[in-house]
Amino acid sequence: MKPKALVLRAPGVNCDEETARAWELAGAEVESRHVERLVDDRRALDRFQILTLPGGFSYGDDLGAGKILAAKLGVTLADSIARLRDRGGLILGICNGFQTLVKAGLLPGGTHAKQATLTHNDSRRYEARWTRLVVSSRRCVFLASDDPLELPVAHGEGKFVVADSAALDELFQGDQVVLRYADSENRPTELYPANPNGSARGVAAVCDPTGRVFGLMPHPERHVERFHHPRWTRLERRTDGVPDGLRIFQNAVAALK
Amino acid sequence: MTLWHIDIEPSPGQPDHVGVRIAIEAADLNSHGPWRVRSSRGFLIEGDLTEAEIDRLARDLFVDRVVETYRISRCPESVAHSTSNPPHSSPVDSIGSAHAGVSEVVHVIRLAGVTDPEGESALSLLHELKYSARAIRTVRSYRITGPDMKSIDELVNRVLANSAVERAIKGPILFDRLESGSPYRFVRREAPIRELGAVELGELSRSWGLSLNIDEMRAIQAHFIAKGREPTDCELETIAQTWSEHCSHKTLKGRVEFEGEEIDNLLKHTIFQATRVLEPEWVVSVFADNAGIVEFDDDYDVCFKVETHNHPSAIDPYGGANTGLGGVIRDPLGTGLGAKPICNTDVFCTAPPETPAEALPPGVLHPRRILQGVVAGVRDYGNRMGIPTVNGALVVDPAYLANPLVFCGTVGVIPKGMAFKEVKAGDRIVVIGGKTGRDGIHGATFSSAELTGESESASSGAVQIGDAIVEKIVLDVVLRARDRGLFRAITDCGAGGLSSAVGEMGASVGAEVELDKAPLKYEGLSYTEIWISESQERMVLATPAEHWAELKELCAAEGVIAADIGRFIASGKLTLKYQGHVVADLEMDFLHDGRPQVLRRAKYDPPPVKAIAYPAESNHGEELLKILGSHGVCSKEWIIRQYDHEVQARTVLKPLTGVMDDGPGDASVVLPVLGSTRGLAVACGINPRYGAIDPYAMACASVDEAIRNCVAVGADPDRIALLDNFCWGNPERPETLGSLVLAARGCHDAAIGYRAPFISGKDSLYNEYTHDGRSRAIPPTLLISAIGRVPDVNKCVTMDLKAPGDLLFIVGETRDEMGGSHWSLIRGIEGGFAPRVDFEVGRRLFAAMHRAIVSGLVKSCHDPSEGGLAVAVAEMAIAGGMGADVSLAAVPRPAGLDRDLVLLFSESPTRFIVEVEPRHEQAFLKIFENLPSGRLGLTTRDDEPRLRIRGVKRSIAVDLSTSDMKTRWQAPLAW
Repeated sequence: MKPKALVLRAPGVNCDEETARAWELAGAEVESRHVERLVDDRRALDRFQILTLPGGFSYGDDLGAGKILAAKLGVTLADSIARLRDRGGLILGICNGFQTLVKAGLLPGGTHAKQATLTHNDSRRYEARWTRLVVSSRRCVFLASDDPLELPVAHGEGKFVVADSAALDELFQGDQVVLRYADSENRPTELYPANPNGSARGVAAVCDPTGRVFGLMPHPERHVERFHHPRWTRLERRTDGVPDGLRIFQNAVAALK
Repeated sequence: MTLWHIDIEPSPGQPDHVGVRIAIEAADLNSHGPWRVRSSRGFLIEGDLTEAEIDRLARDLFVDRVVETYRISRCPESVAHSTSNPPHSSPVDSIGSAHAGVSEVVHVIRLAGVTDPEGESALSLLHELKYSARAIRTVRSYRITGPDMKSIDELVNRVLANSAVERAIKGPILFDRLESGSPYRFVRREAPIRELGAVELGELSRSWGLSLNIDEMRAIQAHFIAKGREPTDCELETIAQTWSEHCSHKTLKGRVEFEGEEIDNLLKHTIFQATRVLEPEWVVSVFADNAGIVEFDDDYDVCFKVETHNHPSAIDPYGGANTGLGGVIRDPLGTGLGAKPICNTDVFCTAPPETPAEALPPGVLHPRRILQGVVAGVRDYGNRMGIPTVNGALVVDPAYLANPLVFCGTVGVIPKGMAFKEVKAGDRIVVIGGKTGRDGIHGATFSSAELTGESESASSGAVQIGDAIVEKIVLDVVLRARDRGLFRAITDCGAGGLSSAVGEMGASVGAEVELDKAPLKYEGLSYTEIWISESQERMVLATPAEHWAELKELCAAEGVIAADIGRFIASGKLTLKYQGHVVADLEMDFLHDGRPQVLRRAKYDPPPVKAIAYPAESNHGEELLKILGSHGVCSKEWIIRQYDHEVQARTVLKPLTGVMDDGPGDASVVLPVLGSTRGLAVACGINPRYGAIDPYAMACASVDEAIRNCVAVGADPDRIALLDNFCWGNPERPETLGSLVLAARGCHDAAIGYRAPFISGKDSLYNEYTHDGRSRAIPPTLLISAIGRVPDVNKCVTMDLKAPGDLLFIVGETRDEMGGSHWSLIRGIEGGFAPRVDFEVGRRLFAAMHRAIVSGLVKSCHDPSEGGLAVAVAEMAIAGGMGADVSLAAVPRPAGLDRDLVLLFSESPTRFIVEVEPRHEQAFLKIFENLPSGRLGLTTRDDEPRLRIRGVKRSIAVDLSTSDMKTRWQAPLAW
């Protein structure tokens, strides 16, 4: 049985189509739904095993990135999202989706709900560039190996900030920091441009204490083909390689089987 | 009703990015200082809300409490409250001298009537959460310490607030209400013209901002005399919009007398003519719709359109470029039955960013501010729409100081069989998307006139503010409605607003519109304002009456506003009503065909041909570094990385390429159909420096450049479609029009020569700025954009050197064509010939290059353009992080041309530098047999890679480290 993934649409969400395609390539059955349809029918989510919040500018990022969508989820969908998570379902937030999950308190979740945010890049501008990521925790079901990944980022507000450094330590101790920006030697870094936004200790992705709610600033759905990679014309053509982004979707599907 | 102000600023220890940026810009304006700027953002909320409620909203919604603090005040604010007692004291960035200076608080809000999307979003969320708010406006506040009040005022006017769209308030906020419209009381207004003489008609055209000439005014007068009545204001405005240069292209489609010959419709005899002669079977729809359409594969077509938005961008760079891109995105969306936009392009022409502030004429913004503004405008619209911006160019020349150019393009993909539309009598006229406000009134007529020192204040209504999210939901709805067959025709509301959109759609039928049915942003709009407003993000659909209910429901489900404002009717007339009163009743024939043909004179006196006096000695290495550091050649990474160029996951060759992802790709390649490996290359060619010498040569060279950029990455030269964008000065000056005639003829000959049809285009005339009786025109500027089909993206080639020990070849001939070159620019030396194109050789060369690429013989390929061979090889080395040992001895050239300088820097077209593995040398040369080609040398990789170029006589002409070249190439725009 293919797991069923729901890709959440909302005004200004703009990565829904390629995210749906990534789920399909990974072997899931996908439906895209507008958030208002879920508000109309609050049991609708119960038919799915995966909820995905794709990238974009939900509601124009007015009031802050992901803020309005987070407010809507909090008011109308908090129960069905909690049900999904607690019955073993998966929640993935990419870029704006990650921002939304953080602002809704679903990430980092646990005792750290609403103690974290994603704020303006240190470079003071939107950045579209490829990043190297190292895996710093295997708690998250979306990661199945320690191999570093290459994925693009495209955001203006991706700097992960927590209320105090002790809280950040706790996230590391709790294995909730999943991916970190790294330099060419695979060392986590705070240095621009390998770290595109200035996140402390290179945090690029976190999961909640269950490991089933996952948010990341980089875009895995933009690396599901060989020629998505920016240097593919320099690389040997391999027939066995799975593009790094697709692996994330495949791991999730495998975890549900 | 209370007006609350929530003021939000970074918490202690958090960076104040905006404040830092403003302080830096302030120091740019007045370096004495001291400058300290603390910024905050905020909301003005009017409603029946208690302080406790406002506090809860601030905590839960408006403030990010991990990084921000806030405070709440009731308006009017007390003086003490605003100027002192900062919410917290923190170390702030301080620039300049240590003396105390003076301090001021400045709030910036948008003018009443200017769209404030974030305020709107906040309001609708509050309504959803059942709070009683009436209006919300965003506000930006600055606590400034500067050297003196005059400098602070200058900062406010030049940096903080754009008076065209914003209002700056010094000191506390003293009002207690947000402005809103007042109700409109209907009065039918007439514009008596039947009795007017020539002078009075001219005066009427000017004072109403109609931009109509005396012949046109007389034609209107005669028409209404025959009708036996006076026109209404609305009729006069409608005619002016329809007949404007912007909408009707009366110069290029009119009569031109040139060198004793009368050309009836210049476009038809040049650009259109070439396409008609070529008539390739893969062309679907040209020059008929909002974008030109060509076949892509068995299931899909693609379309492409490039527009300009020059005058609005001169006045408000951010808003102008923002709505420029927003407008062109609606073109593919309004093409056929609606195409899905898949990538954008942007090209800017500005003055040098380092222009001294004293050099600015009145009302002119600094080029640095213009460039930053237009980049931000494109960024925010394109990124929010989720459309990758993948290709562009930057042209820098002092002549663009008062009249910068902004070109934006969009490619769309549309399923086969949806390329055509037809309005039927009885169809409902449905407007969807943005509400109508006063934005952009007179945009079409404004862009058909010259800018003046007063344009900034006089034309504030012509500036529009975009709301990309509204356009995104409109896009979502249109494609869904298209696939359900809910409409028969669609077009966008662009220049001229509903007036043009409905006028064009109903041209062959007739239309009856009830203007009071259009959804408005606020009260108080007159019927004429509703009709000609250029409010953004609106599309007009012709919907069969039986589908209206379903369309309405679909729109509601996606949060899109839709209104039925009338019907198409077989009357042959355009009839407008307001609350049942007829306010316009015009024959479609008169509206569309009644304009007297324009007759313009053109002449061209070529500048005297002057050979270049080459210096006896020159340091080619230093010259190369200077060209690499010129704005035309330097890295555009600062621009490109602010654009999301990969959203939609289609971009398989990115604008930046190479070992560090930072080399200058020739063309980007996108996948219009996900899952297929057939690609589309997108590229452009532009070089106004050639045009100053020879407009015909400029046109040919620009077409050549656009095509060779496509071919360089793997596009099939037999499947390339072109677009033209002419930006010229006042065509009523014969010399200006003469150069345009020659450029149009160049386009014709190049299209025929390369069998590459033009599929769409646009002209923008009157690009001049007048002050004190002096007119400054832009250099004649022609942008050629190209899309080329890539048979299999697996065969695509990038321009970065790949491996040491490979052979480097040059194909194509290098001639002494240094006129308008970047070498002559950096040396300040005039004269020389502009590059000329040999289409016969060029065609064979493009075909051979394509064969070599699809045969897998090419590891990297780059075309010499600005800066010639030397810059091309340098860029390949920079992108590959490698070096090369090159000799000019074997460069194909005419006999007798042995000057290293010319071989290095000449900008002869139709050339490629190609990296080939030694084992493929014979196969590669076989393909280029009978074509000019030569072996340049070898690629190298040392610990410190270098580019070494030996001259014809074996002496070292250039010896530079790749990293030094890269540093110089990246420096100019490392902002």
